[in-house]
Amino acid sequence: MQAVQLAELTGRVPPGVGEALKVVAGFDAALADGLARLGPRHTEALGALAGAVGGSPLGAAPAEASGRLATGSIGAAELSAVAAARAALLGAVHDALLDRLDGALGRSRPGWEEPPGDPGPVPANLLAAGRSWLQELAIAGWRGVDDALVSAADRALDALWAEPRLRRLAVLADGLAAELRASCPVATMERIPERRWADLWTRAVLLSHGGSWTGGATAVSGRLLPLGVDVHEHGTAVQVQLHAVLEPAGEGPVRLVRVAVAVAKVDTIVGPLVWKLLSAYPTLLAALAERRAVEVTGMSLTSGGDLLWDEERAAAGAPADPFATARVRLAGAQAPAVAPLDRHPVRIAEPVLVEGYKAGNDGTFDLGGERLAVDSDRLPPSGPLTPQLVKASTACIGLLRWDAGRWTLQPLAVRSAVKRQPVEAHNGDWALGPTDPKVAKAQARSGDAVAVLSERAGRLLRN
Amino acid sequence: MGSGEAGWEERSAVRVAPPVQPRKLAKVPFVELAEGRLQGVVSSGSDIARVYVSSIAAETHDFSCSTNNNRPCGGLGGGHRCKHLDALIDEAVRQYGLERVARYLKAGEGDDLRSLLQGTREKAPAAAVFSRFLRHLTYLEVPASPEPLTEMHWFPALGAVR
Repeated sequence: MQAVQLAELTGRVPPGVGEALKVVAGFDAALADGLARLGPRHTEALGALAGAVGGSPLGAAPAEASGRLATGSIGAAELSAVAAARAALLGAVHDALLDRLDGALGRSRPGWEEPPGDPGPVPANLLAAGRSWLQELAIAGWRGVDDALVSAADRALDALWAEPRLRRLAVLADGLAAELRASCPVATMERIPERRWADLWTRAVLLSHGGSWTGGATAVSGRLLPLGVDVHEHGTAVQVQLHAVLEPAGEGPVRLVRVAVAVAKVDTIVGPLVWKLLSAYPTLLAALAERRAVEVTGMSLTSGGDLLWDEERAAAGAPADPFATARVRLAGAQAPAVAPLDRHPVRIAEPVLVEGYKAGNDGTFDLGGERLAVDSDRLPPSGPLTPQLVKASTACIGLLRWDAGRWTLQPLAVRSAVKRQPVEAHNGDWALGPTDPKVAKAQARSGDAVAVLSERAGRLLRN
Repeated sequence: MGSGEAGWEERSAVRVAPPVQPRKLAKVPFVELAEGRLQGVVSSGSDIARVYVSSIAAETHDFSCSTNNNRPCGGLGGGHRCKHLDALIDEAVRQYGLERVARYLKAGEGDDLRSLLQGTREKAPAAAVFSRFLRHLTYLEVPASPEPLTEMHWFPALGAVR
């Protein structure tokens, strides 16, 4: 990424973004107080939300729903309509930001085409149970959440986890429930994460309608060249998402793709141990740890750019330096379209290569006079990157992200100089176990949590 | 990224629940602050098929310890805790930090949590806690999946201080 590109990206906010977020904030405040306790300010905010999407395909439904909510009729239909309105508005913010990013970087991205593929039926009773908890949350508001209301979700969550087709909702609702439980009683919290919890609630309402929208995929073959790994984690789930370049075997453009593998876990499995839970994907983990390419044959690629990992269709390839891939292949690769319901600023995660900067003491990279904030909180405990390595770095593969009005760079890999010796660190380096002897020793000292719990599960669950 | 930061309420990807710290699980595989109690499961030192369910109530600090088959723990007295309960307290402090455990139990201030908890023996529902532990373990039985979870972008893995 060049200074001029960075300047264009961060220079001015795309028109309409500020106004849209103000409307969203109004709704979020209403949800914090509870829809059973709508004051005049909240009623006005609901009206503004409905008004903002009045010209969209949602039409008059949100306005009618807001009207009914104001009179105390808080049903699933009303909540779905306002959740859809909020999602549409943030989808528009997402589109404006991604357009700006694509323009600044000169990144090409085709429009969205509805994939064929039919997700098939999903158990309606499980979705209804999920919706009913979300309805109770909306009525009570975050300030009204107590232990009993959080525990009310337990049975629905168990059922959701047991149904693979509803994994997305299970993972999301469990993450929200855990945060609420840790914050109980929420009324005593000094500050409430209003945007975040309203985001999670909205997304859960959308998922509680048809289950997943991952949709159809087409088979692709070619050489997969890793760029870097992003790790997502809450108490009971971890996801490793690889960003990579796919060189197709036959015709077709070189593409930016992602591979995500996820697994359930418990809160006491943390740090580099999470890799052990992903042992079902040995080819993928070896490619990350050994920095190799992967030959894929007939693997499914969704319209949204997600390669649905299948070990049977993957074979380890030759060593491939992610920095070389980023330098040679990234600029010309075609980025994927974004599934409409996935559009939210939080999912913007565009890989870039940044070089020739000066890392400042204020947590920014100075790139030819333009400053890019580096998110050094977002360095996963399952990998070797540290704020010190980032600060000493001279080249970085990272993800451009946007949150609350600010673009940041999330490092996935850095090339640094330590005692004048060049070192590289990548988030996926420890995929086959920590390579840092200090970390490996610490892990050995605390024992293998995965093995201990699996033994307990084996003995106690089947008694 | 703490909640002291300006604009925190407007952010989507922030940490709300503090992370738990890694600890040895062999002796005390399960600890939680829930249902108004510090409760958990302690593996028996002598019989690998036996576990003890131990709990300490917030405010009163009354305690209980029994096997998962509801047999009372032999080490428990009317006014003194058994070694399982002390192990539970120590591991909870490792996992959550002293401050969070003391706050949950309303234990007052001091560095030695064991001595701050002066309750008496009570009967508490061991079966319920044990079934919560089994529920906890079933997470490890859920098969991994290659379906992308876009929702996880709200849950970034955030670095611990190293």
